[in-house]
Amino acid sequence: MPAVSETIETVQSVTEGAYKWGFHTDIEMDYAPKGLNEDIVRFISAKKDEPQWLLDWRLKAYRMWLKMEEPRWPAVSYPPIDYQDAYYYAAPTKPAPKSLADVDPELLRTYEKLGIPLKEQAWLAGVQPDEGEERERLPIAVDAVFDSVSVATTFKDRLAKEGIIFCSISEAVHNHPELVRQYLGTVVPQGDNFYAALNSAVFTDGSFVYIPKGVRCPMELSTYFRINAKSTGQFERTLIIAEEGSHVSYLEGCTAPMRDENQLHAAVVELVAMDDATIKYSTVQNWYPGDAEGRGGIYNFVTKRAHCRGARSKVSWTQVETGSAITWKYPSCVLLGDDSVGEFYSVAITNNRQQADTGTKMIHVGKRTRSTIVSKGISAGRGQNTYRGLVKVAPAASNARNFTQCDSLLIGDQCGAHTVPYIENRCMTAKTEHEATTSRIAEDQLFYCRQRGLSEEDAVGLIVNGFCREVLKELPMEFAVEAQKLLQISLEGSVG
Amino acid sequence: MLKIEGLTAEIDGKAILNGIDLEVPTGELHAVMGPNGSGKSTLSYVLAGREGYEVTGGSATFDGQDLLAMEPEERAAAGLFLAFQYPVELPGVGNANFLRTALNALRRSKGEPELDAMQFLKVARERMRALSMPDDMLKRGVNVGFSGGEKKRNEVLQMALLGPRMAVLDETDSGLDIDALKIVADGVNAMRGPAFSALVITHYQRLLDYIVPDRVHVLVGGRIVKSGGPELAKALEASGYASVQAAA
Ligand SMILES: Nc1ncnc2c1ncn2[C@@H]1O[C@H](COP(=O)(O)OP(=O)(O)O)[C@@H](O)[C@H]1O
Ligand SMILES: [Mg+2]
Repeated sequence: MPAVSETIETVQSVTEGAYKWGFHTDIEMDYAPKGLNEDIVRFISAKKDEPQWLLDWRLKAYRMWLKMEEPRWPAVSYPPIDYQDAYYYAAPTKPAPKSLADVDPELLRTYEKLGIPLKEQAWLAGVQPDEGEERERLPIAVDAVFDSVSVATTFKDRLAKEGIIFCSISEAVHNHPELVRQYLGTVVPQGDNFYAALNSAVFTDGSFVYIPKGVRCPMELSTYFRINAKSTGQFERTLIIAEEGSHVSYLEGCTAPMRDENQLHAAVVELVAMDDATIKYSTVQNWYPGDAEGRGGIYNFVTKRAHCRGARSKVSWTQVETGSAITWKYPSCVLLGDDSVGEFYSVAITNNRQQADTGTKMIHVGKRTRSTIVSKGISAGRGQNTYRGLVKVAPAASNARNFTQCDSLLIGDQCGAHTVPYIENRCMTAKTEHEATTSRIAEDQLFYCRQRGLSEEDAVGLIVNGFCREVLKELPMEFAVEAQKLLQISLEGSVG
Repeated sequence: MLKIEGLTAEIDGKAILNGIDLEVPTGELHAVMGPNGSGKSTLSYVLAGREGYEVTGGSATFDGQDLLAMEPEERAAAGLFLAFQYPVELPGVGNANFLRTALNALRRSKGEPELDAMQFLKVARERMRALSMPDDMLKRGVNVGFSGGEKKRNEVLQMALLGPRMAVLDETDSGLDIDALKIVADGVNAMRGPAFSALVITHYQRLLDYIVPDRVHVLVGGRIVKSGGPELAKALEASGYASVQAAA
């Protein structure tokens, strides 16, 4: 049997049951009735005890959405979604916890199973690092979102000492309404696209981060999203504001139980960076990808955008996309400030029947703005992987620079990789560069590794990790190792 | 240790090995010489278990185990190492990471504890100094951008680290200048001992001035046509392969 087909079989054989995050937590839930209409929007807003302005904002978004159509241009295919056949609000019945001690133990156990550190007491007490670990791990502040609501945010007090706000967006609506009102929807307007409009109407929770002027956030901030309830959509909304000269690194991770129905995840992320501010936003996306035949899995339709408003501001997106049945997302940077910098580092893996249409948009408006795009697409099984990117340079963006590199790796001969770069350069002094490659894991590479004693799976994992190295090294240390393992597991079972 | 009997093999239906008989007892080092295209690399790949190299007859045993029934990684775990004639590049895979992964895979199979990064680096640096390899070779991608000589030395480094019981070195001397050749020869000689065997494949007798074999076999047209002591290599150099071929 040729090496490649053996690899595919190995990949397939481990696929079933390979999704380790597929368990379901039994917990009492509060649902809104199925379906979507103005009453549901009002219901969500009332549940969250929101001010009138936000309800109006939601209703406006809902009315826009009614008139919009689902985008059909992505290179993905799926049966029509019945938006009336889903729940738009599901939350644990117990009232929102005031502190970690109040969090439902069942929930804590769920996050523990997911390997997410919610127990800040342990950190604060100065727990010894694990044996063999070479350096002390930095604490990570975590906001955990379970279905529609944020269930716990750690390290709030310590962050507050620096003036940093890190909380769920519902909390921010109540405690920092002026900030939310000032920035919400200014990066991704309600009517931006079909899914953004839907999100604006029904978003339930998400994270809010505010870094004051000149503050370097002393720890990684992260949010873990978990879809647990059946037939539920998840619509979270994240807003990060970095004031002048501030710095923050933020990571989001996501998982969902295995179900044979498709679930919709339509998130919106808005980032705002002022003069000399830096935001590093990393994603390890591991939503349930569906089974080998393509049954079930998350539809991940996400709008992420950053405004580099200030001079010399910098936003860096790093994503490792291993999950979801369908991924549709283009984390983008609008480079408004002079000398601002946008970066996009992406690994997207599609295995079995997974489809991904992902990439970025870099919009150069300010002078001497620079952007870098490094995209690594890996296709296995019958996976389809499309890089779609836009580099747009406005006439005023003199001496703007873009460098784009898109590499595709194919495993087997039933998968596909596609690269769709759009470049619109309307500035004489701007330069854009684009490089693209497509390769396969060569038989001699596998043999070489196996001759040295590596199993075929380990060899594939090693080679894939090598292929993704430029992107993985952009991840915060703590998560790079996790991401490497995930890549391997996902390729064994859906990406490595 | 290694016993090959009547081994025949083909690639894409074309017969390449036409009945090889060869025995390398434990602790001995044998040389295999032969003209280009005679099947030397094919023999090494068949022993290591590369796909596409179809065994059509005969047998090969390693310490009495049926080598041909094992997966490539099982052969490696059993202690068989192949230094490739053309070492393969693994872009983005750090040499240190690769070596450690391989070493730990072998240690696991033997039930030995794995080495962590620090322990590994210590061992690796020692071996590298012995081979006059700069430390930065560990950081670079596996064989990526290595010169021909660096690739060959990297193969010898891997052999030294993995500590096989039997090494097949496929033209590890080709393309090396005399200094590099000596380093490689030193690396092989350092392994020699009662528990180590080797099959050194070479096109030139030059290497055998530095690595003195116990036996020399001449492979022509997929067959061992002549075997003898180290003096056979010298004779071959004087008279060329044509003479043995004609005699065969
Ligand atoms: N992949 C291959 N496909 C077809 N023929 C091959 C292949 N590899 C080697 N051969 C042929 O097998 C014969 C032996 O090759 P090889 O074992 O590489 O010889 P050597 O190493 O002694 O130079 C040659 O005739 C060569 O052309
Ligand atoms: Mg050869």
